[in-house]
Amino acid sequence: MLNNKFVFEKLTEKFGEAIIGYEESFDLITIHADKEHNLKILQFLYDEEGLAFRFMTDLTAIHYPDNPGKELVVTYLLYNMPENFHVRLKFALDINEPNIYTASQLHPTANWLERECYDFFGVNFIGHPNLIRVMNVDEMDYFPMRKEFPLEDQTRADKDDEMFGRGGHFNFGNITI
Amino acid sequence: MIHNKRPVTHNTNVKIVDMPEGFQGEGFMATQLSKVVGMARKNSIWPLPFATSCCGIEFMATMGSTYDLARFGSERLAFTPRQCDLLMVMGTISKKMGPVLKQVYIQMAEPRWVVAVGACASSGGIFDTYSVLQGIDQVIPVDVYVPGCPPRPEGIIDGILRIQDLVETESIRRRDSEEYRELLKSYGIS
Repeated sequence: MLNNKFVFEKLTEKFGEAIIGYEESFDLITIHADKEHNLKILQFLYDEEGLAFRFMTDLTAIHYPDNPGKELVVTYLLYNMPENFHVRLKFALDINEPNIYTASQLHPTANWLERECYDFFGVNFIGHPNLIRVMNVDEMDYFPMRKEFPLEDQTRADKDDEMFGRGGHFNFGNITI
Repeated sequence: MIHNKRPVTHNTNVKIVDMPEGFQGEGFMATQLSKVVGMARKNSIWPLPFATSCCGIEFMATMGSTYDLARFGSERLAFTPRQCDLLMVMGTISKKMGPVLKQVYIQMAEPRWVVAVGACASSGGIFDTYSVLQGIDQVIPVDVYVPGCPPRPEGIIDGILRIQDLVETESIRRRDSEEYRELLKSYGIS
């Protein structure tokens, strides 16, 4: 049977230093790892007997503006369907060099998910066959889910900026790994 | 037994549009062309529903038997812009939908009118966000705005009646006027 400890031990045994950390919330394992190894880890989880995470449920990113050098965290949610078991992987990127290898050759579903991730966070997936915007208008010249950009539309002048969260700084929790 | 007589109720409340003012005598009537054209256009508006969200559901109720928009001559919905007089935009229009809406408007033949139904179509509504167009009047000219989130069918009918007022009183030369061309030009439509 799969369990969190088994998955973590398998990964540390194979990748050693590249696995940075491990946490559990609501019984769901989250593994923090080095971004250079993302594809190798995904491939290992896919191929290895007893792990077989062959279904990518989700791929997204999170922006932590108060973590210098690790602002963007790319998150994969993988699923072992026969065992009904999830594992979450997190890879922190520097916002000035948001490069990570594409998983679209391994999981075809990652193709559009990575495009969406690029669209909203500007993560550059190296080797992606068609890394263009998928949800937003093509003319958009910024990545709207990054927290330095206000959520509100900037063309509106009929609202009081202060009341609608424009300008100033908000504490995003300053979450550290 | 064969009933050759059955009770028949005739509708005696049928309303007919009033004749325009004019000079008449035996066998003829003289009036202004614009009044006849206005009357005819007003009572035969073909709406094009461009429904993207809950305002569209209210519009379905408006077209249904309880509210029955057909009473006002808008009997015939068409789903091709080329046949329609009135573009009814109901619901949130995202920025990505903006060019589509504009294309639909361009495909309509003159004279054409636009009604923005609901808060989203009029101003972006609660969706003050990077992805939503803050009112369709950023891409096409709008004649009537219907407030509400969503407006009740009565509100939509009131919007149609305001459109009818505009249609009835519009000068038949308006669409050739310099002002109108300027208006379209300001939207990048020529």
